[in-house]
Amino acid sequence: MAVRGAIEVETELCKGCGVCVVSCPSETIAMSKQVNGKGYNYMYMAHPEKCTGCVNCAVVCPDTVITVYRVKI
Amino acid sequence: MDITDIIKPENKVYGKSRLLLDKVMHFCPGCSHGTIHKIIAETIDELDIQEQVIGISPVGCAVLAYDYIDIDWQEAAHGRAPALATAIKRLYPDKYVFTYQGDGDLASIGTGEIIHTCNRGDNVTIIFVNNAIYGMTGGQMAPTTLEGMKTATTPKGRSYISSGFPMKITEMLAILPGVVYATRQSVDTPAAERKAKKAVIKAFKCQKLKKGTSFIEFVSTCSSGWKMTPTEANTWMRENMFPVFPPGDVKDETGF
Ligand SMILES: Cc1ncc(C[n+]2csc(CCOP(=O)(O)OP(=O)(O)O)c2C)c(N)n1
Ligand code: SF4
Ligand code: SF4
Ligand code: SF4
Ligand SMILES: [Mg+2]
Repeated sequence: MAVRGAIEVETELCKGCGVCVVSCPSETIAMSKQVNGKGYNYMYMAHPEKCTGCVNCAVVCPDTVITVYRVKI
Repeated sequence: MDITDIIKPENKVYGKSRLLLDKVMHFCPGCSHGTIHKIIAETIDELDIQEQVIGISPVGCAVLAYDYIDIDWQEAAHGRAPALATAIKRLYPDKYVFTYQGDGDLASIGTGEIIHTCNRGDNVTIIFVNNAIYGMTGGQMAPTTLEGMKTATTPKGRSYISSGFPMKITEMLAILPGVVYATRQSVDTPAAERKAKKAVIKAFKCQKLKKGTSFIEFVSTCSSGWKMTPTEANTWMRENMFPVFPPGDVKDETGF
């Protein structure tokens, strides 16, 4: 059975550390060129269609700003 | 399928633990302290012991732990958290008591306290965050600093001739009969993070079963002190810290 995932990022609380990006097995996420209110480049879903909802990015985020959703299709 | 069809409450598989307070952590981007705080909060929530846990925060970057995890806390003088843990556990033997300490706090100024708490086999959990440096005060050498590692006080790199060797605290404490569980973990990858969480669960179980001291070292990063990006720091940690401080159980006499 296939799964699709999606994440929500609290962009204003992201510190731009990038540890989520290297933990994503599907290269779904990337760092933005824009900065948030704190001046950090924030993480976003560059390829939303690739997300499997594996939660890897969220468990390694030190600031816990990622929420993960998953559906079976 | 549109992502708005996926992002619905019924499809949520991971979110912020209700034990993590809304206050934004003051840690630098990518700091291991944040991830370790999260593991502790999630574990306490999953074990459903929020009302029974008392944490003791250190002097060091984690001094404000009490602002981030919604449990009872006490703040200790530098290095003295294990002594407070002993006292609290004796007053409240049925509470879960843990200290949260950096390597400057535990392995330098607090060496005496930690040895005696472990030697008494006090039924508490020690969370030891080893980032090989004094993070809070600007990156000075700690007893755990690697040979050759540059810090604010070892600009040419730590030399054993003047400063001795990186101190392997977990191995040292594991030889004490009072220590029932001593393990070394990290939080640099999702797999490591999940393993580390199991170690924290096991440590709390040691307390429940009154087994003795449980000790978890987290080999950690301090990207600011190490002057690297957070992802470079994780790679550097794996390549340089792990050979000296290898992850895995050092002692397990829990029997479960
Ligand atoms: C009695 C006393 N001595 C020295 C200090 C200064 N001081 C504050 S934090 C710290 C070291 C912290 O390093 P560590 O425990 O490794 O924590 P980290 O910040 O790296 O997590 C020192 C020496 C102090 N606050 N109190
Ligand atoms: S949930 Fe998994 S697949 Fe989706 S962005 Fe996060 S790490 Fe990548
Ligand atoms: S791990 Fe968290 S704080 Fe760091 S870049 Fe990713 S979302 Fe932002
Ligand atoms: S100084 Fe180091 S230990 Fe302290 S918050 Fe920054 S990265 Fe973390
Ligand atoms: Mg330190």
